Amino acid sequence: MSASNPITQAAVDSAVEHGLKIISVASDLASLKASRAAATGDQSPIAQLNSQMAKLEHAFKAEAGKIIGQARGTLNAAFAARESELFAAEQIAKLAAESVDVTAAALTNRLGARHPLSLLQEQVSDIFVAMGWEVAEGPEIENEWFNFDALNFDADHPARAMQDTFFVDPVESHLVLRTHTSPVQVRSLLERELPVYVICPGRVFRTDELDATHTPVFHQVEGLAVDRGLTMADLRGTLEHFARSMFGPEAQIRLRPSFFPFTEPSAELDVWHPGAKGGARWVEWGGCGMVSPNVLKAAGIDPEKYSGFAFGMGVERTLMFRNDVNDMHDMVEADVRFSEQFGATI
Amino acid sequence: MRVPLSWLAEYVDLPTGATPETVMAELVKVGLEEEGIHRFDLSGPIVVGRVLEFVAEPQSNGKTIRWCQVQVAPSGQKAADGGPDIRGIVCGASNFEVNDKVVVCLPGAVLPGDFKIAARSTYGHISDGMMASARELTLNDDHDGIIRLSQLGLDPKVGSDAIELLSLGDQAAEVNVTPDRGYCLSIRGIAREYSHASGAEFRDPTGNVHPMSNHGYDFSVDDQAPIRDRKAVSRFVLSAVKDVDATRPTPPWMISRLKLAGMRSISLVVDITNYVMLELGQPLHAYDLDKLNGAITVRRAAAGEQLKTLDGQVRKLHPEDLVIADASGAIGMAGVMGGESTEVSSSTKNVLIEAANFDPISIARSARRHKLPSEAAKRFERGVDHSVAKFAAARAVQLLEVHASGVADSLGADYRGYEPNLPIWLPSEFASELVGVDYSPSEITDVLHDVGCLVASVSGGFEVIPPTWRPDLRHKTDLVEEIARISGYDRIPSRLPVAPPGRGLTVSQRQRRTVANALAATGHTEVLTYPFVSMAANRWFAENPSELLTVRLANAIQEEAAEMRVSILPGLIEAAKRNHSRGLVNLAIFESGLVFEPTAKIGKTADLPVGNLRPNQQQLADLEATVPNQPRFIAAVFTGDRVPHQVGQRAVEATYRDAIQAARLIAHAVGVEITLKQAVKAGFHPGRTAELLVAGPDGNVSIGHAGELAPQLALDNDLPRRVAALELNLDLIGQLAPKVVQASTIAVMPAATQDLSLVVDLAVPASDVLASVIEGAGDLLEWADVVDDYRGENIESGKKSLTFALRFRAAERTLTQVEASASRDAAVELCAERFGATIRA
Repeated sequence: MSASNPITQAAVDSAVEHGLKIISVASDLASLKASRAAATGDQSPIAQLNSQMAKLEHAFKAEAGKIIGQARGTLNAAFAARESELFAAEQIAKLAAESVDVTAAALTNRLGARHPLSLLQEQVSDIFVAMGWEVAEGPEIENEWFNFDALNFDADHPARAMQDTFFVDPVESHLVLRTHTSPVQVRSLLERELPVYVICPGRVFRTDELDATHTPVFHQVEGLAVDRGLTMADLRGTLEHFARSMFGPEAQIRLRPSFFPFTEPSAELDVWHPGAKGGARWVEWGGCGMVSPNVLKAAGIDPEKYSGFAFGMGVERTLMFRNDVNDMHDMVEADVRFSEQFGATI
Repeated sequence: MRVPLSWLAEYVDLPTGATPETVMAELVKVGLEEEGIHRFDLSGPIVVGRVLEFVAEPQSNGKTIRWCQVQVAPSGQKAADGGPDIRGIVCGASNFEVNDKVVVCLPGAVLPGDFKIAARSTYGHISDGMMASARELTLNDDHDGIIRLSQLGLDPKVGSDAIELLSLGDQAAEVNVTPDRGYCLSIRGIAREYSHASGAEFRDPTGNVHPMSNHGYDFSVDDQAPIRDRKAVSRFVLSAVKDVDATRPTPPWMISRLKLAGMRSISLVVDITNYVMLELGQPLHAYDLDKLNGAITVRRAAAGEQLKTLDGQVRKLHPEDLVIADASGAIGMAGVMGGESTEVSSSTKNVLIEAANFDPISIARSARRHKLPSEAAKRFERGVDHSVAKFAAARAVQLLEVHASGVADSLGADYRGYEPNLPIWLPSEFASELVGVDYSPSEITDVLHDVGCLVASVSGGFEVIPPTWRPDLRHKTDLVEEIARISGYDRIPSRLPVAPPGRGLTVSQRQRRTVANALAATGHTEVLTYPFVSMAANRWFAENPSELLTVRLANAIQEEAAEMRVSILPGLIEAAKRNHSRGLVNLAIFESGLVFEPTAKIGKTADLPVGNLRPNQQQLADLEATVPNQPRFIAAVFTGDRVPHQVGQRAVEATYRDAIQAARLIAHAVGVEITLKQAVKAGFHPGRTAELLVAGPDGNVSIGHAGELAPQLALDNDLPRRVAALELNLDLIGQLAPKVVQASTIAVMPAATQDLSLVVDLAVPASDVLASVIEGAGDLLEWADVVDDYRGENIESGKKSLTFALRFRAAERTLTQVEASASRDAAVELCAERFGATIRA
């Protein structure tokens, strides 16, 4: 037995150096995997040194084992470091390869839109629903009694003429396209328990030719409250709240005397529109008044015990001055660009 | 109503510097809406001139002009423009003589139409001004020549201001008068309202005339067919004026006022009747007394009776028309237009003035029937003060005396058929209770007194007799409006009433919003279309076009769109067409709205109940029964690409699948599931249309269709061949929706998934096979869907292979593949039994 010890520090260092070099030249994870065998596998210098352990004299074994163990640790650490380095580089390369021009992102589907007249009616409804009112609706083809007689329009009232109202053929059918949403008020008073607080948005019809400010088919929203002890002060308060909800906290309202068959006293309603294009100003908004005793009587309500107020405004007109729509054609022609500019909000 | 300010100022004090704007600002406060301003729109120097001499000079263009020397200022004095007193003026007119006084527009004057007058070279002279015609001053349309002031009865000083002379500096405020306040169609009424608004003192113009007692002219009312039991005539005053010179000119101030008020000067007598109508609100008629044939009667027209009216038209009268007649027959249509046979003319010597008061409804019907919305009819329709008739007749007589040298005569009549106004009981607190303002008793009395009421304070309230000119004041609330209006609406405080707790939106209202928002969020655009369609378009989707019941309008705007829609699709197709014509071709548009489905042919229905009384239950039910069914539908139309060609993406064409997807989305939004059934439907593609079924309590209910339009229908509407469409009954699907969604427990044990391919005949719908797979597989099958429909190689001709993805799961244990396969086999067995399905090899 020779007493010589081949597992010297120098021999181990040389084997480590050999291994480290192989690991360091691996340029990607695949070649790193291959280099592992060359650096630490059976044929590697370190493994060969290790294989001589068995023949080693007992006295050297402890020391040799220690330095070979250290060497393997060094090589494994180098390998792990290189592996994570190469993995990171490959990830970066992969992400770089995956990058796209997000600014040219395609639509995966169309973008839809609601019609602003629908949205506006919903917004108005929500304002009143929040106060405990309910949304009432009715038919668009109405019996004349609901559209006129019950609303204190005399049989000879000019509004009942053919130049204002669409009549169903034959005229003796007593059917008309409702000229206002007021018949819904009558129906509400006939059908509901008192007190009644309802808001009635809906489509109405008058025999106007379509032009920049008129359309034969348009929308109104009417409010009606019938309760004990309601006064014009309640009307004003309600309209003020409504105006502020629609046009902002600086909005104000102004009432001017007017005439409608179904209200007495009656008033025109102007709103101080703080957001008006070209500066805040008064805008004619609608009509209102205290429900005529004849209308209450038509619904079987005792005008000595109950009073009420009503108001109404054009939805198209409101959209025109609120959102600066200048031509009625845009609202009725169903051009998708008109709805699309609003999206889902007004 | 147009209100010349000089006229208004006669009956109420206007502040110095009053303008139409300041007058309107006051009138708005009491409920008269601003309409506009009218003025002559000219400026001076415009002066009186005298023609000193002229030379007629024929021109090469065939005209003869006059080269005139005109004195425009007193001799030796400077003219109004600072120039010399004598001017050379070229004039094209030839209706004047030397020494005539004329209207001269000096350099610097501006005539209507921004016509600036300057010294200019013309026809070889320097024309240093212009002699004006009435039309150039917009006094009337007369352009036969220049104004000769002598013909207007004027002889003013040379050099004096012609603007003042002819009242051309006056201006008018125009206000809109609501139909309840007919008395405001007069200077008298407006002056009263101005007084209410401003506090200025009102002087009733009736105070300036003193009617004499007229009698001796035979008059009677013979109404054989009263309208709605109303009195045809409540007042009829006749008043004669003799020895009138009807050839006299109308004074310039009257022409100016008439013009500003919107009426044309016609002749002195007619102008006077119009003038008095504007001043007092009482329409007047002037007859040539010598053309009348005896007694005057007011009666209904006889059947077939005709009348030649003042405008030269022969009118066929209606038995409801009220006429004025003498022994010769009808001589006027009461309150609407007079007849030609008794018309005043320049040769008229003796005039009979009529100031009548007719039933507003009768007049309104006649005016409408004959399409004669005259100034007189407008006033009668709104109600005329019956007490003013006598004053109006007297005022006309007075003006005829002054301006036509007439002599008032006692011949005439005064028929009175009116009832005195009855008092209205106004409880003392009522106004405060209705308006919310604390009105004191003295305030109430003062306001009502100002308005013209007689007010008596009685215990607990007031007895109020409204004035004769306020037929609209009938009820205590009408009086409250007067109190609130005159004391000012701005006094009304603000108070927000508290409504009882509400229930929020109804189920149906919520469903509609959810559906519309879901569609919008998934790329559909809401549009609104008119519900008016042609007969043909209304039948595009009708299975039995000849049987279809529709609502037809009696007075449609366009005869070709006179029906009310039974489907929203024709409107959407029209909308798609319009968008295409504007280059917008990739469309997914939808509309939700009512369609009109009468259940029986529309015909005559019973007379209506009265307006101010609640109809009984039977009457209400009868009224309701007349109203056609109006369910809410929702429809959509798709054209072009669902996804357009873009970076990294090819275009995806919109197809029937988009329509079906939208239908599913709508159903999903309201919480129901749709089953598809291959269907053939009018207006749709026979092979690409699904009927939409929803499970109801008594089996499946058809709620609509989705698919592709019949290609020819699309092409006929200038659309591409492939247009997808959907329409369903939104009310119906809403009613079929669960009131409350019942949740099932979510099973968390592992699932087993399998695919299954079944070969069936081509004609077997995939949805039927799927339904049987689900039924056959039983409870272990958690979910299944069709994932492939293969036809071609390896599949027998006439057959197709449908592939289903299946997911099995047991609630309480891990399912084995053996169990899953057994369940699948059961599904195969049922499909084999029902459709002869075989597992694909």
